[in-house]
Amino acid sequence: MDAFVALANGMAVAVQPMNLLYALIGVLLGTAVGVLPGIGPALTVALLLPVTYKLDPGGSLIMFAGIYYGGMYGGSTTAILINTPGESASMATALEGNKMAKAGRGGPALATAAIGSFVAGTIATIGLAFLAPWLVDFAVNFGPEDYFALMCVAFVTVSATFGSSPIRGLTSLFIGLSLGLVGIDKLTGQARLAFGIPELLDGVEVTTLAVGLFAIGEALYVVSRRHHGEEKLEPVRGSLWMTREDWQRSWKPWLRGTVFGFPIGALPAGGAEIPTFLSYSTEKRLAKHPEEFGKGAIEGVAGPEAANNASAAGTLVPLLTLGLPTSATAAMMLAGFQQYGLNPGPLLFAERPELVWGLIASLFIANVMLLVLNLPLVGLWVKLLAIPQPWLYAGILVFATTGTIAAKPSVVELSMLAGFGVMGFLMRRFDFPIAPVVIGLILGPIAESQLRRAMSISLGDPMALLQSPMSATLLAIALIALVAPFVMQGLGRFKANED
Amino acid sequence: MTSYTRLLGAAVALTLLTGAPAFSQQLELKVMAPAAPGGGWDQTARAMQQALVAAGVARSVQVTNVAGAGGSVGIAQFVNGAKGDGNQLMVNGFVMVGALAMNKSPVTLDQVTPIARLTEEIQVIVVPANSPIKTAQDLAAAVKADIARVTFAGGSAGGVDHVMAALFAGTIGADAKKINYIPFSGGGESLAAILGGKVTAGISGLSEYDGQIKSGKLRALGVTSEKRIAGVDIPTFREQGIDLVLANWRSVMAPPGITAEQKKTLGDAVEKMVKSDAWKGILKQKGWDDAYVGGDAFADFLKKETLRVTDVLKSVGLIKS
Repeated sequence: MDAFVALANGMAVAVQPMNLLYALIGVLLGTAVGVLPGIGPALTVALLLPVTYKLDPGGSLIMFAGIYYGGMYGGSTTAILINTPGESASMATALEGNKMAKAGRGGPALATAAIGSFVAGTIATIGLAFLAPWLVDFAVNFGPEDYFALMCVAFVTVSATFGSSPIRGLTSLFIGLSLGLVGIDKLTGQARLAFGIPELLDGVEVTTLAVGLFAIGEALYVVSRRHHGEEKLEPVRGSLWMTREDWQRSWKPWLRGTVFGFPIGALPAGGAEIPTFLSYSTEKRLAKHPEEFGKGAIEGVAGPEAANNASAAGTLVPLLTLGLPTSATAAMMLAGFQQYGLNPGPLLFAERPELVWGLIASLFIANVMLLVLNLPLVGLWVKLLAIPQPWLYAGILVFATTGTIAAKPSVVELSMLAGFGVMGFLMRRFDFPIAPVVIGLILGPIAESQLRRAMSISLGDPMALLQSPMSATLLAIALIALVAPFVMQGLGRFKANED
Repeated sequence: MTSYTRLLGAAVALTLLTGAPAFSQQLELKVMAPAAPGGGWDQTARAMQQALVAAGVARSVQVTNVAGAGGSVGIAQFVNGAKGDGNQLMVNGFVMVGALAMNKSPVTLDQVTPIARLTEEIQVIVVPANSPIKTAQDLAAAVKADIARVTFAGGSAGGVDHVMAALFAGTIGADAKKINYIPFSGGGESLAAILGGKVTAGISGLSEYDGQIKSGKLRALGVTSEKRIAGVDIPTFREQGIDLVLANWRSVMAPPGITAEQKKTLGDAVEKMVKSDAWKGILKQKGWDDAYVGGDAFADFLKKETLRVTDVLKSVGLIKS
């Protein structure tokens, strides 16, 4: 097969000592910035662009790809240990991962995240090498109405999955959707809910909301509970390493997460958030012990982490084959290509095969490096949890605040962070799930613009939503997922009455 | 005598007077990109940083990013915070003109001191390769037949792509108010919509679709330059009888309230940078066209362009007067 030969040639490029060094620098930098909330891989690549322009194109692109993969890894570490997702893609990981860490199972949580990322990253990179041309056709034909339908599926599954009841999940989701309305309307350019504050014109920053709700809200909550007897944190209970049972419970979520992450990542407006949350919902539904969810189920870490990394590889499909950047980091990598006068797209594979395949091969290597780098660190990371609680949470507050200011230095941003922190505290106090808020903020605006685009194209005919087979199928799935629980409940009651 | 040569003369005179490039060596500049890292303005600011230092015009250049609302947040901070400071510059461009008007920004471009236009990018209209539309006139005919059915995909509302769609309709005698323009965030997403045949046509900077056009996946109907661009096998709109000339320009501004002397120092520094090999190398690498116009000529251009853009945005209903 041609792809095998090409990949082998690429491997020869990637294992050159200089390129190995670039890959190592990339993954180290990526892990570091992934750990910091607010500073994401996109910003790092942007800052490095002028520095690298004298380097050879292959080397610096390999480094950028390393940063991208490393960032996806690093984000999960803080999510698990201190409930502070480094970027929005690791939010789903925080849900179960942090619970595991608090129960003394931080080691297995970090390990399943690292190995899951490795497995998913590797499979997805193979997918990138062999399925790219086919996936591109699929991605290009995914129209606005199909995106809207996909968002509907995400909304329904998410509100049904999180929280003690669907109504609480939906309430949280609608708070998020309202926050998503803030800012300039993408289609008409008019400001909405900005109250004349220019900083609000671009809408609410996802990381600000996530860090406020997760990290600050958590810190406030812990403080408020101190008089009710301290919650005992156990740094390590049982094995630091994954047990046989952990492996058994992890491998299927890894594979399923990959199946969600890779194709959705390849969609031009797919992103990493939808697959992570879809994976979380799926794992919760399929788990043998669904009652463990919310208390630290390893499936809830393994699946989303795999999905997160698979989507990173998925993003490279449209980037390399079409020159289509589908995430902020991919857009920066595109700028990286262009700085060398290279235009990613159908011609790039033909014109510079050594570059493209060298990049793909180096992704395999970056994956191995990340695994080797992260596994020995697990023992060190979990020691963080042994820090006395007041110190740990004070540290988290400083960390979260500086991260947010670094990303957007403004008073408005900081006030929002504090406001969201209080909101997170109240939601915890009154038992409302917080994840749907963030999902509402991320997906709400996308769903809205895609729906309105679909309507614009069809001149306002809502039947367009059902004419595309993909969209009709997805909407049907959403409808079933929405109605099924109530029907089941009704049937259950009906049966109970009969007895 | 054009202001261009006057400026040049002044620069020479000043260099002679001070006896050395020493004065410029002391420049320590701050360049604000009123956008997030990575976009066009940020890349321009960072390119300036590189070229200013490489050309020996400035000793150090610091780039700051103040993102938000098409530059509205950045310019507000620039006008308030850098007033009278002769060591600060801000990059901006075409998109800011519309953004300020649409966001009802209290700060306008009248409040900054124009220094120079630096680069421009020619715009293109494309259709998917299998589209029945072959030329710009075909597209014009389709627009005239049923304007609502012709969907244009492009960048953000009120940006250069949107303005261009409205100008296209206006130029061929259709009602610009009725154009069916669908904004996408970033070229990537709109490209997918065009390739997938979800929209009739796409509008973007030429370099963005260059690869797709060369590989034959997209057909370019026309470019907005005045004359044919060397090495580009795409007819202009003018050649096809449609008077549509437009470029997405980027420029650099100084704060309000600086002295004439400070303005001249900055103008000279930028001019020297533009002439340097370092700058030319960057332009080539990035595929940007040199569109240097300095001093008063640029101020005039800015005024005219602001009027034109504001009129177009009013005609499509984005600015409510």
